[in-house]
Amino acid sequence: MAAKSRCIIIGASHAAAQLAPTLRQQGWTGSISMISNEYFLPYHRPPLSKDYLAGAKNAEQILIRPAAIYNKCDIGITMGVTAATIDRRNKQLQLEDGMTMDYDKLVLTTGARVRKIDIPGVDLDGVFYLRDLNDAQQIKLFTGDNKRAVIIGGGYIGLETASALRKLGMQVTVLEAMPRILQRVTAPEVAAFYARIHKEEGVEIVADVQAISISGDKQVQSVQCHNGTEYKADLVIIGVGVIPNTALAEQAGLTIDNGIVVDEYARTSDENILAAGDCTSHYNPIYQRHLRLESVQNALDQATVAASTICGNLKPYSALPWFWSDQYDLKLQIAGLSQGYTDVVVRGDIEGSRSFAAFYMREGKLLAVDAVNRPQDFMFGKRLILQGNQLDPEQLADDSLPLKTLIAS
Amino acid sequence: MPRVTYIQADGQAQEINLEAGSSLMQGAVDNMIDGIVAECGGSCSCATCHCYIDADWVDKIEPAGEMETDLLDCVSEPKDNSRLSCQVKVTDSLDGLVVHLPATQF
Repeated sequence: MAAKSRCIIIGASHAAAQLAPTLRQQGWTGSISMISNEYFLPYHRPPLSKDYLAGAKNAEQILIRPAAIYNKCDIGITMGVTAATIDRRNKQLQLEDGMTMDYDKLVLTTGARVRKIDIPGVDLDGVFYLRDLNDAQQIKLFTGDNKRAVIIGGGYIGLETASALRKLGMQVTVLEAMPRILQRVTAPEVAAFYARIHKEEGVEIVADVQAISISGDKQVQSVQCHNGTEYKADLVIIGVGVIPNTALAEQAGLTIDNGIVVDEYARTSDENILAAGDCTSHYNPIYQRHLRLESVQNALDQATVAASTICGNLKPYSALPWFWSDQYDLKLQIAGLSQGYTDVVVRGDIEGSRSFAAFYMREGKLLAVDAVNRPQDFMFGKRLILQGNQLDPEQLADDSLPLKTLIAS
Repeated sequence: MPRVTYIQADGQAQEINLEAGSSLMQGAVDNMIDGIVAECGGSCSCATCHCYIDADWVDKIEPAGEMETDLLDCVSEPKDNSRLSCQVKVTDSLDGLVVHLPATQF
């Protein structure tokens, strides 16, 4: 490849931090430029609702790689700049500040943005969404012992945030619009488990309630709900999901379908433009459908595939999705995707203890595992999902039988 | 700064100076050492930063916790000297430490 080839990466994300140095490792000798609309080097996002918020880690400690690595790999990073348009015919990228950059390969690692809600008072001081480091830094200014926090949305972000704020001594209420927390992502048994733990930890969870307005005089004071209830608040955090950042790809005329559509080599509908991470929709051969994942694993693995593709070394992407969530002393590890499950098998005391595994089944086969404080059930669960064999629910539920023994050799 | 040697499964060795207090995993990631994947970024969740502590050093390192021990049971080719490198903090007393990397993390 010609030494003057230019690769531009848009978004300083998990995927970008993986992609850029991997390009060098795989022999890319051209230039590499990362364009970011943030003012930070790529950092780990998961700790924003966990260790960073709770004060256990600072901004430097959540960097994915130290600054020196980007220098060493000759990766240029332009911060605080937004990419405006892509001119595919001339292979040019226009930035919002008016600058134009030529590319040979362009990679979109634009991630996702928070879904916003449109109720009165969302602009008051002390009302936040949580997606980036800037959000988390601002939120920290409103935390404090015995202050009151209301969290709108009982998904993983909301619940992790509740846990972190409890650690800081705050009084926390979680408002969930659906009949239960974690409705979109877990079985009722698992949701009930988390509801119990949060109650035990002193968090008030209110389900089936819609926040309709937020009030205060410049600074937030309370949240009003559809049923007339009101919750006092010094801090409000809204966590109701994310939307993939596809605007740039759309403007460029790339194929979009619930995310930027990429093939198994991370290529979009334009072979010189690739994409990786939360912003993509890709076909997963294990689940045999298109997926858009909100996950670190996907960002890293897809970015590695993209780097190989750019270096002319095609390696198809096929990975079992996995996720994690840390709350209190609970380490939840999720293997696979549970959508479409018909039965749930539970191993361990989900109603009384803080350790269990829930197996999501369809037609006798394992689709996904939620394992709390059970890393072995998570790890061996991954293998059982990939094997795709029929499993006996009684054996899965039998806590005295190590999961390892169910793996076909 | 303690000096640590990472030795790949094929015998290739790299010597790195690590910040005291950082983890063996972070040192590997910061220096682009192949063989340490570290998907979860050091939260003891993924077991993709598996390594073997050189026999001469095993006794000088704090033993693994319960979560780590459980995860180590699931890695490919676990041995008595297996550790998750994200859980091993590097101190000045570990200057000269030698770590062996497995052929695969999966």
